[in-house]
Amino acid sequence: MTAQGIENKGASSGNFKQNLSGRYNLDRVFATAAWAATIVSVLVLVWLLFTILKDGLGTINWNFFTAFPSRKPEQAGIKPAFFGTLWLMAVVAATSFPIGVGAAIYLEEFATDNWFSRLVEINIGNLAGVPSIIYGLLGLAVFKRIMGPITGGNSVLSGGLTLSLLILPVIIVATREALRAVPNSIRLAGFALGANKWQVVWNHVLPSAMPGVLTGVILALSRAIGETAPLIAIGAVAFIRSTPSSLQSPFTAMPIQIYNWVGRPQAEFHQIAASGIIVLMVMLLLMNTIAIYFRNRFQQTR
Amino acid sequence: MTAELPLNDIAPGTWKPNRGRSETIQLIIKIICGAFATISILTTIGIIGTLIFEAFSFFGNLPSELSKDSEQVSYMQGVIHFLTAGRWTPLFASKQFGIFVLISATLMITFISILVALPLGLLAAICLSEYASPKIRKVLKPVLEILAGVPTVVYGYFALLTVTPFLKTFFPVEGFNSLSAGIVLGIMITPMVASLSEDAIYSVPQSLRDGAYALGGTKRETVWSVVLPAALSGIVSSLILATSRAIGETMIVTLAAGANPTLGFNPFVPVMTMTAYIVQVTKGDAPHGTIAYQTLYAVGITLFLITLALNIFSFWFVRRFRQKYD
Amino acid sequence: MQDIRNQTMTDTALKAEKISVYYGSTLAVKDVFLDIPRNQIVAFIGPSGCGKSTVLRCFNRMNDLIPSARVDGNILFDGENIKRFDPVELRRRVGMVFQKPNPFPKSIYENIAFGARINGYQGDMDELVERSLKGAALWDEVKDKLKESGLGLSGGQQQRLCIARAIAIEPEVILMDEPCSALDPISTLKVEELMHDLKMQYTIVIVTHNMQQASRVSDKTAFFNAQATEAGGKMGYLVEYDETQVIFSNPREEYTRDYVSGRFG
Repeated sequence: MTAQGIENKGASSGNFKQNLSGRYNLDRVFATAAWAATIVSVLVLVWLLFTILKDGLGTINWNFFTAFPSRKPEQAGIKPAFFGTLWLMAVVAATSFPIGVGAAIYLEEFATDNWFSRLVEINIGNLAGVPSIIYGLLGLAVFKRIMGPITGGNSVLSGGLTLSLLILPVIIVATREALRAVPNSIRLAGFALGANKWQVVWNHVLPSAMPGVLTGVILALSRAIGETAPLIAIGAVAFIRSTPSSLQSPFTAMPIQIYNWVGRPQAEFHQIAASGIIVLMVMLLLMNTIAIYFRNRFQQTR
Repeated sequence: MTAELPLNDIAPGTWKPNRGRSETIQLIIKIICGAFATISILTTIGIIGTLIFEAFSFFGNLPSELSKDSEQVSYMQGVIHFLTAGRWTPLFASKQFGIFVLISATLMITFISILVALPLGLLAAICLSEYASPKIRKVLKPVLEILAGVPTVVYGYFALLTVTPFLKTFFPVEGFNSLSAGIVLGIMITPMVASLSEDAIYSVPQSLRDGAYALGGTKRETVWSVVLPAALSGIVSSLILATSRAIGETMIVTLAAGANPTLGFNPFVPVMTMTAYIVQVTKGDAPHGTIAYQTLYAVGITLFLITLALNIFSFWFVRRFRQKYD
Repeated sequence: MQDIRNQTMTDTALKAEKISVYYGSTLAVKDVFLDIPRNQIVAFIGPSGCGKSTVLRCFNRMNDLIPSARVDGNILFDGENIKRFDPVELRRRVGMVFQKPNPFPKSIYENIAFGARINGYQGDMDELVERSLKGAALWDEVKDKLKESGLGLSGGQQQRLCIARAIAIEPEVILMDEPCSALDPISTLKVEELMHDLKMQYTIVIVTHNMQQASRVSDKTAFFNAQATEAGGKMGYLVEYDETQVIFSNPREEYTRDYVSGRFG
């Protein structure tokens, strides 16, 4: 046996039959499969976006934004759905932001490790895994029926509160992460000047955690904006000929309107459904861009 | 002498810390924040409470719904009927409440979705973590997160109007079918599987890879036999969470799989999942107190228990099998 | 196997000819010449950042795995340039033990069998596992728990498991990168004793921070040092390479004398 160089590559060496060429072939197959899976995933996304743009771009016009739903697809528009979504988002933001951030402050700053905070932590983990339609059933029973006299039943308020509960775990988790990323030296510096805990949190910790908190809140809102199932469950209907005028107004929302149009048999409705999807996706994209902007600022200042 | 100290130039009374007021404000804030934290617990109590309360009414009313003229049905028989009957027709004149009909559809669609998402998501995760350059990884990781944020109604549109017509060229599928819904559902959860698995694979310490290479392992052998087993707990938990998400997903199945409660596992025909049933009934505005309203919660609690069990299993699995590397 | 080796192979197991390593555009180690004699223990010593480990990783081409790394110069293994070897084949024959014990999250048995299995070992696996564990002086401690996870062992046992894993693929050279730096003194002693036994069969190159260890175990010692570069980084180079006895008692270079007497580093 001479020194084994490239001449007898793949041949046996000592007690080993290395079969190098076979192993490298398997390596190539595996690498190809991994790349193929990645490329397929990206291509599917491209296919999805392409179909929607192709189907929907043609029917986006001024009338589409200003008209109410109609039996005639060429006259139908998303005005009530668009404003309904804006109203919903306002309710969701106004409730989930203070509640989520307050809960996170409590868990992270005031009660760091007691039975209550542990219970809430486990609870949040489980809530995040509950299907959204179950929240819809909760909203149906509590906000629409039991609290109906206050919320106005099938109303913007019921829908907003339901979505608020849905995204609350997301906001709490994101806020806690942002608070945890604030260096402890900032807190100690505040305490050293004689401030109490709340003064330190309010004046020093929260301002430096804010970009992270806002990123989390916007991403959570962008999840809420696309939710359809819980709104259907509490009884939001697509065919509404008015925009909401108060919190107790009945409402429709973008995803519900899209759902309704997709479910119609006529192809013309499918086209305006695609147009609605484009509008919804643009709203989402804007929100994500803002979130990424905050995240980048956050990373720079950290 | 002391007058030279600058501090004494300041009149007494410049410092008036109102510590008492600060403490009161802090206490009030603390109580408010604590109350907010309690809301998450109240949500859980609310979910479980309403589900149990209405499901209880459902099982209370079930015997009278099932009883025919002469024969009486007991509560126990009602529960057995719910779990074993082969038909689901609560909105018809002759009512049958076999939940397994809905579960079978949910299971079949979930199974198809996992068949899609497991290979695609796992291989994509391996690719991003082990094969792609840092640059590509940096671009593709956010793309995955964007994909995961696409509203499900969009996927529903895609399933019903793009994938089903596409499948028709190969299979004898009907307009509504679980194959299309399952495939698109799989596409929907692929980013979740990929992203979470990638986190797990990426966090396997480099020293293990070095160890495998130093023993004469090729890249595939290193990834397959060392890295993946080391990341197994994270990969499995990502799969379980994705399964749980698929089971609870509503819009894709409602739009693409139809509303036809049939028992069986034919992927080409319309079926009705648990979530699709809830949508069908709530769209029709079932009045409170009717058996139709109560079935919502009977189905809801079944769905809730299945997903809860999966989530708990996933937590347990991670805790039990996570490798600790320091 | 052993006799064939003796007939045909040179007395030099590894020969480094003007090795320079770059990370990106930074030069990390410059112009190293070294002969590693067969069946001896060679120690690499020197202050942190002087490139000892970097040079060590050249011998089994582990630097290939770092995309930005580039190695200039030639290394001969049994008289053959390692660039002409397949890296997998080379690493099968030049084993490596790392600074921190890195057992795979598998059973003790599977930890040993892994390398042998992927490289197509033809003999009896149970026998190989037993022989390797005995070779690493670990058999008596683990023979009743071969199915248990390798991560359950103590740090010293884990490191000996890694040595057992390395000798299971029957290499000719074993590279050890500070194998005792994460171990307590008693485990260190065991590993050192083990190296003495392994010397009969293998050529060993060990990187160590611990000068006593180098003087205790090695036959020859290479002293590396680092010098500041204009770019503000550090560049390693080989100062002196000689019999261990010479390095520690009568080195030629001032730097070496200062280092082994503990004046810097």
